[in-house]
Amino acid sequence: MKFTPEQVRALAGQARLGLTDEEAERLAAQLTDVLQEAERLKELDVEGVEPTLFGVQLVNVWRDDAVEASLPRDAALAAAPDVQDGFVKVPRIVEE
Amino acid sequence: MELHDLTVRELRQRLAAKEVSSAEVTEHVLRRIEQLDPHVGAYLTVTADEALAAAKAADEARARGEAVHPLAGVPGGLKDNIVTEGVRTTAGSRVLENWTPPYDATVVRRLKDAGVPVLGKTNMDEFAMGSSTETSAFKKTRNPWDAGRAPGGSSGGSAAAVAAGMGYWALGSDTGGSIRQPAAFCGVVGMKPTYGLVSRFGLIAMASSLDQIGPFTRDVADAAELLNVIAGHDPKDSTSAPGRAPDFTAALKAEAKGLRIGLPKEYFTEGISAEVQAAVRQAAAELERAGATVEEVSLPHAEYALGAYYMIVSAESSSNLGRYDGVRYGRREAGADVPAMMTATRALLGPEVKRRIVLGTFVRGKERLPEYYMRAARVRTLLRRDFEQAFEKVDVLLTPVTPTTAFPLGRRVRSQMEAYAADICTVAVNLAGLPALSMPCGVGADGLPIGLQFIGPAFGDAQVLQAAYTYEQLAWPEGAGRAWRAGKEVDVDGH
Repeated sequence: MKFTPEQVRALAGQARLGLTDEEAERLAAQLTDVLQEAERLKELDVEGVEPTLFGVQLVNVWRDDAVEASLPRDAALAAAPDVQDGFVKVPRIVEE
Repeated sequence: MELHDLTVRELRQRLAAKEVSSAEVTEHVLRRIEQLDPHVGAYLTVTADEALAAAKAADEARARGEAVHPLAGVPGGLKDNIVTEGVRTTAGSRVLENWTPPYDATVVRRLKDAGVPVLGKTNMDEFAMGSSTETSAFKKTRNPWDAGRAPGGSSGGSAAAVAAGMGYWALGSDTGGSIRQPAAFCGVVGMKPTYGLVSRFGLIAMASSLDQIGPFTRDVADAAELLNVIAGHDPKDSTSAPGRAPDFTAALKAEAKGLRIGLPKEYFTEGISAEVQAAVRQAAAELERAGATVEEVSLPHAEYALGAYYMIVSAESSSNLGRYDGVRYGRREAGADVPAMMTATRALLGPEVKRRIVLGTFVRGKERLPEYYMRAARVRTLLRRDFEQAFEKVDVLLTPVTPTTAFPLGRRVRSQMEAYAADICTVAVNLAGLPALSMPCGVGADGLPIGLQFIGPAFGDAQVLQAAYTYEQLAWPEGAGRAWRAGKEVDVDGH
């Protein structure tokens, strides 16, 4: 399948990723190329083959439900671009 | 031999014998970085004060007769996707250009606890996406052996630092070859441990089921030493393999007899240059002469690894990179509302990162998930099984690392897949979670290093180290990376 710049822009929108028109066009061609390589995977019969989703075969790794030290709030907020009253401040979310 | 040419083990001996002090050695290397690095570009941040403080602390502990970790006072560098408390960490990206982490990665914690000085943070492809370190938002790193060539990537800065004597070791990360390929291009030893052996806590995540931190060193013994410091279970990483890691230096035995080596035929095809294939086969022949058995094996699904890899890595990394949204840390661009702010902030990401985010978003979409991502995940199982079957017959696999020697900086490719084909010998190893080590095995017609790769079964890291050490003793008894370096001065703009 071929990517169109419109598709690329729609995907970028979902990913909140700013793209110029020029970037969208270039990406469409490049991604079509990569997808072609992935299309080759359809040559294989994967019927009944379990997918490998993780790097290890661990399941449900638990820790004790015990209180441990965690990052102090000031340290966590130290790199925030805008802070007010101990909260991270961002532009408007809810419409007036 | 210059101070900066010593291996980690040699330096350790001299420190223990008080022939030299950590402060002296660290100062020497920092001066070398000052002179050389403007031309190589291996480091993004140099932490001279911190390194000297750690070096002095190691010297004082030794002077007091305290038991110190063997690597105390032996300085090296960290790839800039490994988080360091109070020290700028950028992942090679504009969105983190001035980010100061509030915590240390577990591997950093372990190095600090051992009294190991960190010289600084090394250059990398942005968010570890690339094979040449050219996608770094900040600067290029030049291959120390030819200033017009790439050092490889994404851990190019770490590889170049060790190759050029600007650190006795360095840590990198490897998701699809990002330690092994730069090691081959720069003529040093680079190892990717079994997935789960080294904690990923504090490694800026790219693809969570593939990423691993590993060492760059000048010889195989040093790689075992570094692995000893960083390996082992970490409760902060839920994918961390349980249990304590063994002592990897116990694997440093040169024993070719009884070693069964497999050469996967799919890795010796026309996609790999004739001279690289010849150099790797020559290494196999040397091992065979010394008593190892060498046989051809098959990894039948090898040709599908690249396609499966790019589906999985883009899906996982597009998910992991969602956090760079300008909200809690890093750069924030202005926007009338939150979506606009996020979109404008993420516009700062580089072209390779954007490529993978868009592709990954596509592949993760509900309609496409079964067709592309899940299919790739099933092919991943087939690739894993290929390796498991091969390891029923042999102890290690021996393959090339890269199709050619270091390619030029600024090379033009005719298609996106041509750029990605640099990873053809490395990606399957990450998909299967196996340990693999890259080390020099020869020289190309252009005078640049050629690397070979030993691959082992899951948690066969000791086996890989032993095979590599055995080969090194035959071919490069003074240490593969150091032998490669001997007599060469770094050639960067005539410096």
